[in-house]
Amino acid sequence: MPTEHAAAERVFHSNKPRENHGEHNTMAYDGEDKILEEVTGKAYEFGFTTDIDSDKAPAGLNEDIIRLISAKKNEPEWLLEWRLKAFETWQAMVEPEWPHLQYTKPDFQAISYYAAPKQKKELASLDEVDPELRKTMAKLGISLEEQKRLSGVAVDFVMDSVSVATSFKDKLAELGIIFCSMSEAVKEHPELVKKYLGSVVPVRDNFYAALNSAVFTDGSFCYIPKGVKCPMELSTYFRINESGTGQFERTLVIADESSYVSYLEGCTAPQRDENQLHAAVVELIALDDAEIKYSTVQNWYPGDEEGKGGVFNFVTKRGMCHTRAKISWTQVETGSAVTWKYPSCVLKGDDSVGEFYSVAVTNNHQQADTGTKMIHLGKRTRSTIISKGISAGKSQNSYRGLVQIMPNADHARNFSQCDSLLMTDRCGAHTFPYIETKNPTAQVEHEATTSKIGEDQIFYCLQRGIDEEQAISLIVNGYAKEVLNKLPMEFAVEAQKLLAISLEGSVG
Amino acid sequence: MLTINNLHARVEDTPILKGLNLQIGPGEVHAIMGPNGSGKSTLASVLAGREDYEVTAGSVDFDGIDLLDLGASERAREGLFLAFQYPVEIPGVSNLNFMKAAVNAKREHQGLEPIAAKDFLAMVKEKAALVELDGRLRDRSVNEGFSGGEKKRNEIFQMAMLEPKLAILDETDSGLDIDALRIVSEGVNAMRDAGRSFLVITHYQRLLDHIVPDFVHVLSEGQIVKSGPKELALELEAKGYDWIKEPVA
Repeated sequence: MPTEHAAAERVFHSNKPRENHGEHNTMAYDGEDKILEEVTGKAYEFGFTTDIDSDKAPAGLNEDIIRLISAKKNEPEWLLEWRLKAFETWQAMVEPEWPHLQYTKPDFQAISYYAAPKQKKELASLDEVDPELRKTMAKLGISLEEQKRLSGVAVDFVMDSVSVATSFKDKLAELGIIFCSMSEAVKEHPELVKKYLGSVVPVRDNFYAALNSAVFTDGSFCYIPKGVKCPMELSTYFRINESGTGQFERTLVIADESSYVSYLEGCTAPQRDENQLHAAVVELIALDDAEIKYSTVQNWYPGDEEGKGGVFNFVTKRGMCHTRAKISWTQVETGSAVTWKYPSCVLKGDDSVGEFYSVAVTNNHQQADTGTKMIHLGKRTRSTIISKGISAGKSQNSYRGLVQIMPNADHARNFSQCDSLLMTDRCGAHTFPYIETKNPTAQVEHEATTSKIGEDQIFYCLQRGIDEEQAISLIVNGYAKEVLNKLPMEFAVEAQKLLAISLEGSVG
Repeated sequence: MLTINNLHARVEDTPILKGLNLQIGPGEVHAIMGPNGSGKSTLASVLAGREDYEVTAGSVDFDGIDLLDLGASERAREGLFLAFQYPVEIPGVSNLNFMKAAVNAKREHQGLEPIAAKDFLAMVKEKAALVELDGRLRDRSVNEGFSGGEKKRNEIFQMAMLEPKLAILDETDSGLDIDALRIVSEGVNAMRDAGRSFLVITHYQRLLDHIVPDFVHVLSEGQIVKSGPKELALELEAKGYDWIKEPVA
């Protein structure tokens, strides 16, 4: 029977100071320099000894484990001190309970926090790859060579992507762009790491950020020099010394004055991982007049249809915008059993701009609590939030956003639009918008809609000869178009297919 | 083209079609009239393959194929088109992309390559002219923000693009002003062809002044109770439906 389009719309025009005390954490900008004062210059105490191969730390977390991680990675003393401080902080914190999520809290003493980078088992041919995985990769239109690389099949050295990667690295070096693993950055560019690590997401920011700070093993580092426009999309995909994604990844992107970079993270191919808990921290720094565009496609294993075995993804992502700088987050989230993620912008400099474009899909028993925080500190700062939630199966999908206009942010503006699309009668969509303005000249708008995917829409497509799978793909991609349009071209095409695949057979 | 034999269908536990018989030859235009609740729109939905309707008895032969054996999208690809009474909106999906997907689905079914972009655009231009659908409407999302008349014109445009063997027009005249009615009817008339049949479902004689049928049938309580030439529509208009009580023998 026809299903009516249910729409709810709310608009808040907030011209007078308005408080809304949510459960949000305090922001980053308070003690950015304190850490610097605490660190010492005692670098490389352990020297450049050879990497110890193939060992794993015993389960559990204590100071000795942190010392072990640091030692294994030949880290300088200041970083060890930083980790220990983070550990101390973390111990005093409790796991947050405010998200609209239900899960069994991880047993932090049951996790092993260090394993030497494992050689992935090489497979002789694609025939040895899980057929389900291959089917999905084929649907995503991933080339055979790429399928081999992603699934760990041994490949020829002359293969395309290797030569692409090499010329790519040369080109970047010419421009003075640094793009390497975090471990390499600690060794090669300690002054940059020291200056910016923890400057946007301080150790004490939240429970998982503190944990990550204590135990992170690797991640990506990127620095774009003054005035340089990075000529290509930087992608973790192409990182040279990729050694598999860590459980506690740490990413730091610094765009120096008037520079520009577009950074892609993640991959549309389904990623299985034996680690249940993932707690990454991503920090972006856009100095005066710089622009960072950060795009993520996340497709971690969501668990089986009953929701068992999926990845918990507890990520802290935040960017700091200096004067006239701009940071734009775009994310397509389809994976993980539980997602807790709020890519945010601190609009510190006058006339800086923050953007957040998100599509979050949940199916079966997946749960997502995601959104953003836009903290307006500078004058005439502007932010835009477009969030598109899609819930299917028995999943729960929440948008949680904070727009905070601080007293000095004269004439700050925000526009937020949060839409939810329901695919079944058993799923849930929730919106938790927090708006806090402390400046009477601010202009804040919030719109929200909820609709159910119409059987009528699907039947309409079927009647035109379009099959059900393609019909859902058309409808869902139409709904998410505003966000998908923000992704770099080749990523957008894959993301469109990914949405369709994530929702296969999910209407009911 | 279409032979419906003793068709029974229900929604949940309510029987709606109760032994409907109808035969439509190639190139013929048949009109079905009848009071509210007689089963007109149910007939359209059952023929198009909507899942909410359960066929409990009878058969439908569509140009030599057992229609009831096919899913909704297969029926469409075989050349059955339904112009909806209430066309839905699909936000974010451009009308042209939607049509391209539909045209290519049909072509794939026929073993043809996807249509070349140039040919597709030429076809769009030609067919859109039939119903005076301007570029603005072609480029927008499917039916989004269209007026009632624009939606119906879009339906006829889609029909022209898909060149069906049988087109069912479900109360296409509802909600149309005089001008829109004329445009839509002219579009339909331009599509009339020896190889294409029409089943026109309507409440009112008015539409049949523009789309002149070969046969008129009266549907009442799930059965065709009277059939006749186009003049029957005028008679119905004058006398109302009450004078037809008994089903035809």
